[in-house]
Amino acid sequence: MSFLEVKNLHVEVEDKKILNGLTLSVEKGQVAAIMGPNGSGKSTLAYVLAGKDNYKVTEGEVLLNGDNILKMSPDERAAKGIFLAFQYPVEVPGVATMTFLRTALNAQRKTRGEAEVSTPEFMKLVRDTASHLGISQDMLRRAVNVGFSGGEKKRNEILQMAILQPTLAVLDETDSGLDIDALKIVADGVNRLRSPERSMVVITHYQRLLNYIVPDVVHVLANGRVVKSGGKELALELEAKGYAQFQGEAA
Amino acid sequence: MSADVRAMKTPAEQALSSAFAAARGKLPGKGAVTALRDDAFRRFDASGLPHRRIEEWKYTDLRALMREAKPLAEPAGSKGVVPGLSGVSATQIAIVNGRYEPGWSDAADPAIVLTELFAFAGEDTHYRLGNVPGKDDIAVSLNTAFMTGGVAIRVKKDARISKPIQLAHIFSGPAAATYPRCVVIVEKGAQLTLIESFDGPSGADYQVNSVLELVIGEGAQVDHIKVGRDGDAALRVSTLGVTVDAKANYRDFVFTTGGAVVRNQTFVRFAREGTDASISGATLIKGRQHVDNTLVIEHAAGHCTSRERFRSVLDGESRGIFQGKIVVEPHAQKTDAKMASHALLLSDEAEADNKPELEIFADDVQCGHGATAGALDSSLKFYLMSRGIPENEAEALLIQAFVGDAIEEVANEGIREALMQAAINWLNTRG
Repeated sequence: MSFLEVKNLHVEVEDKKILNGLTLSVEKGQVAAIMGPNGSGKSTLAYVLAGKDNYKVTEGEVLLNGDNILKMSPDERAAKGIFLAFQYPVEVPGVATMTFLRTALNAQRKTRGEAEVSTPEFMKLVRDTASHLGISQDMLRRAVNVGFSGGEKKRNEILQMAILQPTLAVLDETDSGLDIDALKIVADGVNRLRSPERSMVVITHYQRLLNYIVPDVVHVLANGRVVKSGGKELALELEAKGYAQFQGEAA
Repeated sequence: MSADVRAMKTPAEQALSSAFAAARGKLPGKGAVTALRDDAFRRFDASGLPHRRIEEWKYTDLRALMREAKPLAEPAGSKGVVPGLSGVSATQIAIVNGRYEPGWSDAADPAIVLTELFAFAGEDTHYRLGNVPGKDDIAVSLNTAFMTGGVAIRVKKDARISKPIQLAHIFSGPAAATYPRCVVIVEKGAQLTLIESFDGPSGADYQVNSVLELVIGEGAQVDHIKVGRDGDAALRVSTLGVTVDAKANYRDFVFTTGGAVVRNQTFVRFAREGTDASISGATLIKGRQHVDNTLVIEHAAGHCTSRERFRSVLDGESRGIFQGKIVVEPHAQKTDAKMASHALLLSDEAEADNKPELEIFADDVQCGHGATAGALDSSLKFYLMSRGIPENEAEALLIQAFVGDAIEEVANEGIREALMQAAINWLNTRG
């Protein structure tokens, strides 16, 4: 059995059907790219995996390491190893970045029956990780994402991912809004987290990101289903031919 | 038909009338005070308890909320504990059951002059008791008629009082009514941090009607922090009347978690130019608590800046009210006043009422107000939960951040932390 198994998933958002029997497997340690046109259900898949409410699963199941996660709350899923890097990370005024990181890490550890991290251990972990991502001490002192530029917000997502060490990372359009320098920093941060123990689902509209985060497999999503899967060369083919060929097929 | 025809007296109003008739000869204070009492009671008697058809009391209908008038409280018995603010070292002045209790209090800072209220009223012929903004309010009249005791504090010119002074209002014993009255005069160039706290036992439906007269001199720096931790059945109306001289720095904060029905009324008058003021507050309530913060800020002189920031967190079937009126008088040019009131509703049954008002008679001013009421932002909650933070912790973090935004206004670090901790404790009891 694969590490992540999405089976025949049907999802509605506000009575509108978005996913139509999506089936997808991601192996342990695999980096799977999900590509597709706007409205194909990419972000919906990301949110359903993370457990956002208002996403109504009408059919199907999602197994992580053999366990059905659909009944779990978002925090339980996080403790189980799911991490969603948001396309639009939200600003959380009044909640200090360090408090947030520490609360999250310790909450996950507590759920898993592990001891809390010590303050020096935690400070070192954050400092080391932040320096790789070009995140300044000043940013760490601010409230979560407040006053951050688009690029800083994305880097902050990767910082959280590096600290929380998920087993399944879902990156939702992490490249959107990034210039080429920021994209490289973010991609380097992601690549540093590639591991045989960690699976990644990299959702993107453009092939560009995949030059930096090279996927093991590419799945094409159209009208709420996977319509084609292949190797990394599939991304290049899509770049050349566009998505039009699949949209007709799935309708 | 006469215009002053009004409804029949309620049982509470009748009880107040007979209580005044019975107590009149026995209440403390000499001739001038007795005259003040008589005049105030006449004014109260003409209007009765404030009710919803009186605009200023629209949301806190005392005629309906105050079913009975409790008898005047007896002096407290043996010495009890004076509750402080955790981690804050303050000079405590205890006002127990509406009377100054020197035996419960700390020795006063030598840089202040502390006098029992009626001794002060008899000695200080320059100060006219009750001549403060808000003096025409009905609750203030009722306090003046019955005032049972309190203190007067004078901080002398240029004195810096490093240790905060706490006026600790404490209620103990069987449910009764108290009418404490205090006067604080901060002279020119002086500095004071004044905590005013209200504590009492849960389960007792005691009644407090307090008045604090605060006079801030030219260039003085005053931080006033009012902490309401009354018992869950208490009814309290607290009035603060403030006159501010030129170039002062005045910061006021009202923090309320206790009481069944609480009305904090703040009347401020900027009498001369150049003052900078912050008037803020945070309320955290649940169950069927009712807390009303009402402000009237008069910019009577130009070149004053005032910021009013209030936040309330309302759970259960609680009701949080904010009424804020900023008046800019015709000659008060270059006034800069901004008011914001935000309510966070944690349940479908909680209610927030916001009534901001601006009355501007000058033409060269900057004034504004904003008010919101809403639930916790679900996208923020999801973001925190998606990082592994359980729902109740995520909510607690967001609520802390929400009230923290107001509590940040408290300049004294120890008091700020004590209030933040009190907010966290409140969240922990929410369950």
